[in-house]
Amino acid sequence: MKRYSGKTVYKGIQMGPVFVLKGKESQVKRVRIEDAQAEIERVEHAVRKAQEQLQRLYDKAVKEVGEASAAIFEVHQMMLEDEDYLEAIHNMIRTEMVNAEYAAAVTGDNFSEMFANMDDEYMKARAADIKDISTRLVNNLTGNEDTDFESKEPMIIVADDLTPSETVQMDKEKILAFVTVHGSANSHTAILARMMNIPALIGVPLDLDAIHTGMYAVVDGFQGEVIFEPDEETRADAKERIEQEQEKLRLLEELKGKENVTLDGRKIQIYANIGSVSDVAYVLENDAGGIGLFRSEFLYLGRDQFPTEEEQFQAYKQVAQMMAGKKVIIRTLDIGADKQVDYFNLGREDNPAMGYRAIRICLTQQDIFRTQLRALFRAAFYGNLSVMYPMIISVEEVKAIAAIVEQVKAELEQDGLPYRIPEQGIMIETPAAVLISDELAKLVDFFSIGTNDLTQYTLAIDRQNEKLDAFYNPHHKAILRMIQMVVENAHKAGKWVGICGELGADRELTEWFVRIGVDELSVAPSMVLKVRKAVREIRISDGSISG
Amino acid sequence: MKEFRYTIKDAVGIHARPAGVLAKEAKKYESKITISRDGKTAEATKLMAVMGLAVKCGQEVCVQVSGADEEQACGAMKKFFEENL
Repeated sequence: MKRYSGKTVYKGIQMGPVFVLKGKESQVKRVRIEDAQAEIERVEHAVRKAQEQLQRLYDKAVKEVGEASAAIFEVHQMMLEDEDYLEAIHNMIRTEMVNAEYAAAVTGDNFSEMFANMDDEYMKARAADIKDISTRLVNNLTGNEDTDFESKEPMIIVADDLTPSETVQMDKEKILAFVTVHGSANSHTAILARMMNIPALIGVPLDLDAIHTGMYAVVDGFQGEVIFEPDEETRADAKERIEQEQEKLRLLEELKGKENVTLDGRKIQIYANIGSVSDVAYVLENDAGGIGLFRSEFLYLGRDQFPTEEEQFQAYKQVAQMMAGKKVIIRTLDIGADKQVDYFNLGREDNPAMGYRAIRICLTQQDIFRTQLRALFRAAFYGNLSVMYPMIISVEEVKAIAAIVEQVKAELEQDGLPYRIPEQGIMIETPAAVLISDELAKLVDFFSIGTNDLTQYTLAIDRQNEKLDAFYNPHHKAILRMIQMVVENAHKAGKWVGICGELGADRELTEWFVRIGVDELSVAPSMVLKVRKAVREIRISDGSISG
Repeated sequence: MKEFRYTIKDAVGIHARPAGVLAKEAKKYESKITISRDGKTAEATKLMAVMGLAVKCGQEVCVQVSGADEEQACGAMKKFFEENL
C-alpha cells in the first residue's frame, strides 16, 4: 500500500483499477536487420493500421466534439500518406539496414525538427503532430498500441498531464478519476473533472514507471490523496464512503426541480458561477436558476490578440440562448497583473491585487471596453442577459461607465444593429464600495458581493499566503457587518443583491444570508443542489441577527 | 507547361488541412504539379514539403503544372486555391 498526496481540483472519492497513460515518448532500440523488404512490409502494415485507428478517432471526435476539433485526426491521416516521410523511412531501412521502429522514430524526429525550426508559430506547433504520428507508428510496430485509453470497465486515469487531444479520445463513461503529476488548477484535467463531476488530484509526486495499468487504487479528493494497492481495511473504508457519497448524490438529485425555499416559506435564488461557454451544460445539469457570475476572461485568455466584437457577441448570445430566458449575469473583463495576457502589455506589478486591473483597465483603455459592451448589448437582444462591472470603488467610476454605455448605445442605434440595454449592476468587492453602497445603489440595478476580494481587502490578508492561514477567518465580524450593510443599502434603494464569492456556498452562513434578506447566492455548479438542500432545511424561528 | 500565380487569403496561410486536401487533389492527375515561393519549390502531392514552404497569408505562390493532363489539372488547382486558400 502506497499513499501519495496531491492538490484536489475536484472533490469526491472513487476506487478502481488504474490506467497509466504514458507520455508518448517510448524507448526505441536500434537493431541491425537482414531482410530490408520484410522490414518495409512491417512499416506498411503499421501505416495501414494507424490509418484505421485515426479513422476511428476521427469518427469518435466528430460525434463528441464536432467536426472542427476532429480535423486534427484527419490531418494526421494525411501526414501518414506523405510520400517524403514514408520514403525517408524506407530509405533508412534499406541503406542502414535498421529495424522499422528505429527508422520511424528517427524520421519522425527529423521531420518534426524541421517544423520546430520554422519561423512560424503555426508550423512550429505541427512538430508535435509529426511526433504523434511517428509514435503511433512505432507503437503499432512494437505491438505496444494501447497508449490510447480504451477500456471495458471504468478506470482511474493516471498520467503526467493530460492534453486536450488525449482527453477527447477517452470514453467519458469509463473514467472514475484523474490523477496527474503535473497540471494546474486551471488545467484541462481540472476543467474536465469539474464538468464530469469526478474526483481529480493534480501535482501528485508519482514515479509513473512504478505504477502499472491494472493496479488498484483509491482516489480520495476529500483528503487529497491517492492510495495504490490499498489493503483490505482501506478498501472497505473507501467502499463505505463511496456508497455514502452516492447516497448523498442520489438525495441531491431528488432536489432537482424543487424550489429554494425555507420551511417557513422564505425564498432565495441560487445561481451558478462559470467561466466558459461549455460550463453552461453543467449549470443546466445542476438545475441552477441562472448564471450569477459569468467570468468573461475566457474570451481573452490563451490567445495572442483581442477577441473581436463578433466573436464575443456569438459567445454571449450562445450562452443567453442556451439558458433560455434564465438570467445570465456577465461580468465585464476582470484581467489584471495576476492574470497576465501578453497582448494587453500590462507589465509586472509589485502588488497586482491592488493594481491596474478590471474596470481600471476598461476605463483607461476604453476601446477594449467599448468592444465588449457592444457585443454584450447586442447579445442581450437574444436573451435574459445582465452585465456587471468589477472592482468599483467610486460613484465617479459608475458615472463614467454610464456615459460610455450611452455612447455605445448611440453607436449601435446608428449602426442599425439589434440590441437591448440590459440590467446593469456592480460588484461590491472593495471596502470603499461597501461604505458608499447607499450612494452606489441609486445608480445601478443590482449589487453582487464578491466575498473573495472583499475579504482579502478588508482583512488585509493575501489568501495565497499559507503563513496567514492562522489569522484568516472567513466569518470575521467585519465581513459579516459589511455584507449586512450592503444588503440594507441595496434594499433601501429598491435594488436586489446577490453574493458570488466563495462565501455564498458556505452552508454555515446560508441561514444567516436568508435571514438578512440576500436575494441571490451564486455558487459553483456542483454546489447548487447542496445549498438548495441547506435552504430547504432552514426554519427561521426568530428574527435576531447574528454576526 | 501551364502556370498561375495566387495570393493566399486564408488567415493561417497554407496550413495542414488544406495542404493535405491539396495533396489528394493533386494525386488525381498525371501531371507534375509544383508550388513555389521565394525560390523554394515543393511538389503539390507532398503534404509536408508544401507545409515546409511556410506560406503565410498575403504571400504569393506560383503553381506550375506540366504533363499530359496539364490543361485539366491546372484548372482544378486554380479552383482549389480560390475556394480553399
